[in-house]
Amino acid sequence: MTAPSVLPPPPPAPHDELELLLRLGDDRLVLGHRLSEWCGHAPILEEDIALANVALDLLGQATMLLRRAGEVEGKGRDEDALAYWREAVEFRNCLLVEQPNGDFAFTMARQFLFDVYAVVTLDAVSRSTNAELAAIAAKALKEAKYHVRHSGEWMLKLGDGTDESHRRVQGALDELWRFTPELFAADDVAARLAAEGIGPDLPALRAHWHELVHDVVERATLTLPHESSHTPHLNGGRAGMHSEHLGHLLAEMQIVARSHPGAKW
Amino acid sequence: MTQTRTAPQDDPAKVAEFEARIAAGQSIEPKDWMPERYRRQLIRMMSQHAHSEIVGMLPEGNWITRAPSLRRKISLIAKVQDEAGHGLYIYCGTETLGVDRAELIQQLLDGTAKYSSIFNYPTLSWADIGVIGWFVDGAAIVNQTVLAKASYGPYARAMIRICKEENFHKRQGYEIVATLANGTSAQKAMVQDAVNRWWWPSLMMFGPSDANSPNTAELIKWKVKRRTNDELRQRFVNLTVPQAAAVNLTLPDPDLAYDTESENWSFGRIDWDEFNQVLRGNGPCNRERLAARRKAHDDGAWVREAASAYAAKQRAKQASEAA
Ligand SMILES: [Fe+2]
Ligand SMILES: [Fe+2]
Repeated sequence: MTAPSVLPPPPPAPHDELELLLRLGDDRLVLGHRLSEWCGHAPILEEDIALANVALDLLGQATMLLRRAGEVEGKGRDEDALAYWREAVEFRNCLLVEQPNGDFAFTMARQFLFDVYAVVTLDAVSRSTNAELAAIAAKALKEAKYHVRHSGEWMLKLGDGTDESHRRVQGALDELWRFTPELFAADDVAARLAAEGIGPDLPALRAHWHELVHDVVERATLTLPHESSHTPHLNGGRAGMHSEHLGHLLAEMQIVARSHPGAKW
Repeated sequence: MTQTRTAPQDDPAKVAEFEARIAAGQSIEPKDWMPERYRRQLIRMMSQHAHSEIVGMLPEGNWITRAPSLRRKISLIAKVQDEAGHGLYIYCGTETLGVDRAELIQQLLDGTAKYSSIFNYPTLSWADIGVIGWFVDGAAIVNQTVLAKASYGPYARAMIRICKEENFHKRQGYEIVATLANGTSAQKAMVQDAVNRWWWPSLMMFGPSDANSPNTAELIKWKVKRRTNDELRQRFVNLTVPQAAAVNLTLPDPDLAYDTESENWSFGRIDWDEFNQVLRGNGPCNRERLAARRKAHDDGAWVREAASAYAAKQRAKQASEAA
């Protein structure tokens, strides 16, 4: 016979918090890496500088999040151990951010969809009951607000620029739309974190995200792709089920570090 | 009809007045009168400098995606971004002389404008990133410290601002080098190899020896340049030799020796054939560097068109709202 417990329910396993930190951190590590691939190859010098700025912010955020993840995990791994010594299946980023850069329209559409997502989710996480997490999110939110202004302006310029730019950015939006449901899909981990007030309530944020995206897309004279273009099973990033692109990205990113185990840089 | 080929004749009285100002150490500003030769020499030097900053983004950018730690990745992106900022800033400075950036960039893409020979060498290992910061940014500082006293105000001011960042780049590069030099045996070998490959091309960065430098006398008279190529090269060698010794790295020159009388480190013969080949477009990476710049420019054409079409639409909208 078990008596009803007089104790409060146990706090979420540290594993859930670790998962959240990896999801947030890996999104930023992978997207920051992708943006840094543009450095020296952008359409105008000002954009070399602007894209590098966004990459630097994202990699800075990733550093803080992965460092914290290592602390929470408690196995002595720091941010570099997590970035450079995990396999693709251990990464927890969404599929959207690992997609290759494509042309400037594709990069900007990917960035815009992510930046709006970052603003709405970081806003929620900045009110997390977990103080460390809330502090990191509050700082990142300030940066994300600049990022979305930059990518949003490019959506307007490309959408309402020339026929060619319109065609390219509409094509990019159509192509990327299938990766957006994953952003708001809540698995058990996300649901537990939301219930505890630690993580964002992702499904509840979707409507706001959609509204913000829709506003810019409409002003850019673009059309939001139809929901039927969603591919329902494209939501494995948070569980390590990535596209083939991630393995190649990591092979490049990790090659020097992994060629010299134990070395300091 | 030689008239179209040479600079228009300047009024000798104005030239004399101009040269008196220079001699008195005054700085020349964009609205001041200046001899046509002075203007052209400055456009040539400043645009070459700007192009070098931009092309210089490529060899280092080559390692951004492979930087071995997050801290190194972030600082490398920031460095390459700084170089883009330097290029932009110097292009703006050059525009004060009556040319526009699009025209200058076209000259780079055509292959008619020069940029620093050093960027036509490949970056083959992570250690190259450290050695470039140490040698190449170090050499740039030696050059730019004296250019900061150049007679043309906008150029001098650009150099003061840029030099602060180059100092930071150099420190960061040397710190990478020192870390590798104190690291595993593989890391030590990697950094010594990079030093061996970059040393001589870095000495060539200062340009031909004074005996073969056709522009030097005039540039010095007008205080566009304040020191000769050989003087600057010597200063760089004197600074760098002890820095190499401090991290137990060897510079690949058996003739390197301290001369107590002149207090200089004397060094071996520079391979000027190699230098001239690189200048003529036959260096290891000349084609790749220009191809990368052209590709970025061509692939970006539709983006630039879109941005100006959008701006034009916005202006038209504002005009009709105001009407
Ligand atoms: Fe620079
Ligand atoms: Fe630099």
